[in-house]
Amino acid sequence: MTPRRTRIYWTAFAVILALLIVAPFGLPEFWRRFLTEILIWGLLAMSSDILIGYTGMVSFGHSAFFGLGMYGAAAALLTSRPPSLWLALLYGLIAAAAVAAFVAYFSTRLRDIYFAITTLIFSQIFYVIIFTWTDVTGGENGLAFSRPALAIPGLFSFPFTTLTLYWFVLAVVTASYLLLRRITRSPFGMVLQSIRENEARTRAIGYPVERYKIVAVMFSGLFAGLAGVLYAVQNRFAAPDFVFFVVSGETVIYNIMGGIGTLVGPIVGAAAFLLLREGLSRLFPYLASVVALPGLAEFPYLIPLGVIFIAMVIFMPQGLLGFARRRLNE
Amino acid sequence: MPTTRSFTSIWEYDLLEQILIQTINGIVVGMILALVASGLTLIFGIMDVVNFAHGELFMLGAYVGVVTLATLVVAALGAAIHVTTLRPLLGRDPLNTILVTFGVSLVLQNYALWQFGPVARKINEPFVGHFNLFYLEYPWYRLMIALLSAAIIGALWLFLKYSTYGVWIRATTQDRVMAQAMGIPVPRLLTLVFAIGSGMAAASGVLFGPLVGVNHAMGLDWVLKAFIVVVVGGMGNLVGSIAAAIFISLTESYASLWVSPSQAIIVSFVVLILTLLLRPTGLFVPTPK
Repeated sequence: MTPRRTRIYWTAFAVILALLIVAPFGLPEFWRRFLTEILIWGLLAMSSDILIGYTGMVSFGHSAFFGLGMYGAAAALLTSRPPSLWLALLYGLIAAAAVAAFVAYFSTRLRDIYFAITTLIFSQIFYVIIFTWTDVTGGENGLAFSRPALAIPGLFSFPFTTLTLYWFVLAVVTASYLLLRRITRSPFGMVLQSIRENEARTRAIGYPVERYKIVAVMFSGLFAGLAGVLYAVQNRFAAPDFVFFVVSGETVIYNIMGGIGTLVGPIVGAAAFLLLREGLSRLFPYLASVVALPGLAEFPYLIPLGVIFIAMVIFMPQGLLGFARRRLNE
Repeated sequence: MPTTRSFTSIWEYDLLEQILIQTINGIVVGMILALVASGLTLIFGIMDVVNFAHGELFMLGAYVGVVTLATLVVAALGAAIHVTTLRPLLGRDPLNTILVTFGVSLVLQNYALWQFGPVARKINEPFVGHFNLFYLEYPWYRLMIALLSAAIIGALWLFLKYSTYGVWIRATTQDRVMAQAMGIPVPRLLTLVFAIGSGMAAASGVLFGPLVGVNHAMGLDWVLKAFIVVVVGGMGNLVGSIAAAIFISLTESYASLWVSPSQAIIVSFVVLILTLLLRPTGLFVPTPK
């Protein structure tokens, strides 16, 4: 980047961050929580962008990392007294990293579609284990626990409110973004991008491609696990639904909608998707009351959402961000 | 059903009889799975399309409930899906097809939820005769399913081997560009293949429907199982998928002698992992040179 572009980038970064910090003041309780969720799903989507956008491997198994982060956090919050936030983070990250190492070892032997399907099936393995191992995981009902306080033992302890939790999540997501940006711009990240562009040539130059891929999947899984921990802290429960592959599919949708290979794109995609879903879920009951067609209220709002997604894959393969960028450059 | 036995009661009956019964069960389910997976592998092998909506086509077929009608309706739907969503993606990375069909599956599943409601629908077996199989009254219908599935797969094989379209399809699998150059209408052919695959999914849905009942989310299980089969059998390899389907459902039925059926699926995951480790190109294909 030229110095001028660097300056523009950091100015934009500071402005957007400042806007995000003050945003909840103008919002009611529901939308504050909604914004927190967007950030968490955005982090999950951003974590899979390392694989989809930078290494060229589409993972359909991110729900496993996310879910294990969640259950790791649940384990810490249920066993420690008082529930400790830091322990939850630690356990969640360890669980996600262990799963990521396992999945990475097997799935990186395969490429393209085969990789996608393998990660999908691996995430289902963990789903079945969590779903059927009722004694430990609570089975279908999942686990409920209390929310930890933001505390450093001996120094201070604040219970989370919606507002402080939002800021905490924002801080974690911003730090993760900066870290991921650093990773993708490091020599390591450059090798990942060269694997995406031409795997055979990267191997021929002498890079151990498999090892790079395994590390990439592990990094990706670690940040997905972090998102899982945040989600557990925010909602105070862990449920097998979040390990189900539909979550992985939605993660890929966020990436495609926002624009892959940009890190920010997936967050934009998550925001667009969740807002659209929320909007559509209210639109049909509203329309039904306007045109006096009661049947319309039950119209499944996920159908238009699916159609919009299909249209985006076909007509806007670079996502919202790529689309906007092309428009700006014209 | 013999598969829902609890852990302690296994030894009440002779183990050999148990194993024989589970063998028959495994083959019956395996034939349905083979039917689903051969549609999936046909679509993948010829079109490079990973059809995530395959399970939903299976589910819609089960709702329609009559084999011929379901096959025709869902095949027409498949053709429509192909023309509107997949044809524009020709020449792009095959990964895009996963994304688009994922969207299609979202739409179809919610459509079914909206139209048919969340409660599973019980479908009566078309005929209720039983015969004695050791201590069980085994329904004839299940054997019929296996035979019908085998007949449909056989018909597909004959179609691919001898009909003009079958020859075109095989030529297109080998070399799409060359096939087009020889005057084969490739885009139309791809639509036809997708329609055939969809029709096969629907037919298997109809056959399977009476065994457990039909609901809007049943497709998810099946598409996952079919993916496992397709990977274990070797992607795009028709014979391999059929062998893998029977192999996997046999191991699952044997496993369900000892663990609950919902855990028995872990066995097929283990088969998958071992396959990926030892023979990533598939269990039932010759070792690549």
